[in-house]
Amino acid sequence: MSVKQPFERVVADHGRTVLRVCRAVLGPVDADDAWSETFLSAMKAYPDLPADANVEAWLVTIAHRKAVDVTRARGRQAIPTDDLPPIPASAETEHDDDLADALAHLPHKQKQAVAYHYLAGLPYNQVAAILGGSADAARRAAADGIAALRRTYPGAATRKGKTR
Amino acid sequence: MNSHDDLIRDLARSTDATPGKLTELRARLAAAAERDGILDIAYRVVDSPVGALLVAATELGLVRVAYASENHDAVLQHLAERISPRILAGPARLDPVARELDEYFDGRRQSFDVPLDWRLSAGFRSTVLHHLPEIGYGHTASYAAVARLAGNPKAFRAVGSACATNPLPVIVPCHRVVRADGGLGGYLGGVEAKRTLLTLEAAA
Repeated sequence: MSVKQPFERVVADHGRTVLRVCRAVLGPVDADDAWSETFLSAMKAYPDLPADANVEAWLVTIAHRKAVDVTRARGRQAIPTDDLPPIPASAETEHDDDLADALAHLPHKQKQAVAYHYLAGLPYNQVAAILGGSADAARRAAADGIAALRRTYPGAATRKGKTR
Repeated sequence: MNSHDDLIRDLARSTDATPGKLTELRARLAAAAERDGILDIAYRVVDSPVGALLVAATELGLVRVAYASENHDAVLQHLAERISPRILAGPARLDPVARELDEYFDGRRQSFDVPLDWRLSAGFRSTVLHHLPEIGYGHTASYAAVARLAGNPKAFRAVGSACATNPLPVIVPCHRVVRADGGLGGYLGGVEAKRTLLTLEAAA
């Protein structure tokens, strides 16, 4: 029999990864709200979660739904941004901006597949369960995403020239 | 180096938030959970002359005070199983008890008036614990005297086990129960802690 940990432990163990996923999928501006809503929803449902459930996959699934909601809300508010650069990440410029830009420009499916597999560490069958479609399709989306990042993010190719 | 691994590492770094951001989000979560009525148990750890004390409260009141020797992680796990796993570190709900404990350890407070949630004690043990505040600050009573207070003079052993399992030590003053021969008797926080509390109360 496995027992359920205090929710504080869940936040401590998975908070950082879920925030990474939110930032990868939504960018830093909307990520905070998505993270907050994810953990608030998760905490509401936590007593009913089976004790042997994969907590990280469960959290990423909730985060995925919250991110979809945020993206839809943003789409309703703003001009379609297909041909425009993404909103710059204000006050969050301490990170590799080139890579953040490249990630922001990926098609949704690729961005999500990369985030859930490479940042959250979920296997492709779980990524597929979240995104819909087959595990092979999830694997292809992640591979295409990584290939596109490698093309557009110069850091990976010219790493030796970088100072950080 | 494998440039694929480099790319993944850069990706993790570029999406990583500052530690301060996570702290801020966790505080915000605790406040939102409190607002939505889903924070079943809030806790914090208070420093004191008897070591770090874990204080935990339900929406009804203070439900648990635990010495470090009881292992705070184990105590929280037990609360998750007994009451609810919806537990967060959330300082706001514990502010009143933290303030009262500070005043007590400063010698400026002789009794506590935060609301208590007694659900972790039951039966005769609970009856015993409810009578303990009748032993005034700075005084002590024997196990037999407390058994009489609780209405069962022969039950002094049960008084001992009630004190040993007191879920609210310090606040519910089981440290004031001592042996009839003047010995300190045992204490769930260790005899040293018992001595410290009694010395503090005797000096004030």
